[in-house]
Amino acid sequence: MAAAVQDDGINPWRTFASDFAEKKLAVLGLIVFVALIAAAIFAPWITPQNPYDLNQIDFLDGRLEPGSVGSQITYWLGTDDQGRDLLSGIFYGLRTSLAVGAASTLIALVLGGALGLFAAYFGGRVDTLIMRIADLQLSFPAILIALILVSALGQGVDKVIISLVAVQWAYYARTIRGTALVERRKEYVEAATCLAISHRRIVFKHLMPNCTPPLIVVGTVQVAHAISLEATLSFLGIGVPITEPSLGLLIKNGFDYMLSGDYWVSFYPGLALLITIVSINLVGDQLRDVLNPRLKK
Amino acid sequence: MLAFTIRRLSQSVVVLFVMSIIVFAGVYAIGNPVDILINPEADIAEQEETIRRLGLDKPIWTQYGLFLANALQGDLGNSFVHNLPALDIIFQRLPATLELAFLAVGLAVVFGVPLGMLAGLKPDSVVGRVIMTGSILGFSLPTFWVGLMLIMLFSVNMGWLPASGRGETVDLFGIPVSFLTLDGLSHLFLPAFNLALFKMSLVIRLARSGTREVLLQDYIKFARAKGVSDARIIGVHVLKNIMIPVVTVLGLELGSVIAFAVVTETVFAWPGIGKLLIDSISHLDRPVVVAYLLLTVTMFIVINFVVDILYSILDPRVRLGGAN
Repeated sequence: MAAAVQDDGINPWRTFASDFAEKKLAVLGLIVFVALIAAAIFAPWITPQNPYDLNQIDFLDGRLEPGSVGSQITYWLGTDDQGRDLLSGIFYGLRTSLAVGAASTLIALVLGGALGLFAAYFGGRVDTLIMRIADLQLSFPAILIALILVSALGQGVDKVIISLVAVQWAYYARTIRGTALVERRKEYVEAATCLAISHRRIVFKHLMPNCTPPLIVVGTVQVAHAISLEATLSFLGIGVPITEPSLGLLIKNGFDYMLSGDYWVSFYPGLALLITIVSINLVGDQLRDVLNPRLKK
Repeated sequence: MLAFTIRRLSQSVVVLFVMSIIVFAGVYAIGNPVDILINPEADIAEQEETIRRLGLDKPIWTQYGLFLANALQGDLGNSFVHNLPALDIIFQRLPATLELAFLAVGLAVVFGVPLGMLAGLKPDSVVGRVIMTGSILGFSLPTFWVGLMLIMLFSVNMGWLPASGRGETVDLFGIPVSFLTLDGLSHLFLPAFNLALFKMSLVIRLARSGTREVLLQDYIKFARAKGVSDARIIGVHVLKNIMIPVVTVLGLELGSVIAFAVVTETVFAWPGIGKLLIDSISHLDRPVVVAYLLLTVTMFIVINFVVDILYSILDPRVRLGGAN
């Protein structure tokens, strides 16, 4: 397959990139998303203030309006009740939100992908058992599963990640199983079986690479879901701890002041969350269109 | 048919049993309720008395056995905080949640069906695209964020609608309800709309694809040929046919509306079971958390069971397929 493409002098990555770039909105989404990741990674170096260093915050600057000039710096997005610069807080919050979203999606993808692959390859009892559990779990709404797990496990970044993995793995297992069931009957798998190659090698080297594209699409959209669910849990006060606030927790902290008119304390973190989710969805939608062979001209 | 029902029923019972273990064992691990419930100045004898009274001194499996035996008799323990039976507290709060959930589903239909039909009739127009973009946003935006924006816009900036509480209630058959008073309605509207948005997006999609499909059917062509007015074709022929999937899906989704009410109730301080759950988690009020989770899980298991049985009656392939 790869050889045939190269004979035509076409680089598959370049085709992919130009297909993706056909939709300007998706490119914009990608740019924004990359910028958000950069902001999250480099937060300690680019923010005007470290909002969790007590030496840098001034309690007297509490709940200042956006654009106010404080004792040390200008607060472009205002401050919260503790006098923390909101812009810096959002960058740090983005760090937690994106890290939790990416980590949980990655773990769920690997775990669910492996389980779905085994289910499809071995069939029989293994298949029934794994898919029954997945079906059962998908019959409950994600928020309920997350509530049960979080109330069982307690608070903490690691516990939120575990809950999100538990909520998400079934999607990947189902997606990859569907693809793998088709791929398994193809001749290359038969050929590999005839060569007496080990099961592990067939599953991981032959089957898996051919089953990944749909998984990537599901994964991209699921990152947005994971971030949104984490924000919801944190907003409810049962997500990440106060020591590592995510965007959801920042919104929760500002929510108390919204009714008194100090909208910015929770509005701007909310806006950051919105931009994050929408940009990921734009990228995910376009990826789905590009990677879907049925829509190819 | 009987064999299928029995097999499906025993499956549901096993799931419920497993869920009860997970919920109980998990919630047991949240923290030590002794620290919160007992006055720190109490002497040791007093502390031990309380621990014994709450049954916290027994090993966890004994506690679970007792819990299960009591649960089967409809007793899920007393709330640590309110000192009332946990189920009573939940049933006391349930009407508020049900009222919110039903109104939300109603709003989803009332707004969703016409918008979806409009998008289905004119899929390539600006209006159709705006509606579909809106429904994508309704799917992907977190419910609590939308709720926040609604409060900011309608309560804080415009001052039109109240942002929290239930307002004035009237007793209907002994159950307090908000929707019969003007004040109650004004309190009800924002949270119900917030809760409805996600389902509304779903209804819009169902109605849109349904409309596009129905429009191609022969009976629509026939009605046109007969000279039936456009209004009647859309209002009667199309509408009736797209309502079947809409009603089916919404019936299925009612359970998830109640589960999602946790978020909306917290945002709007609506005194239903969702807010009760969040308050109970933060107070480590174990019996109430366990009772809520078990009740919701049971509700889902019952809904799924009924749906499966109904489907197997409507489509025999389901039960034959499940047999091998």
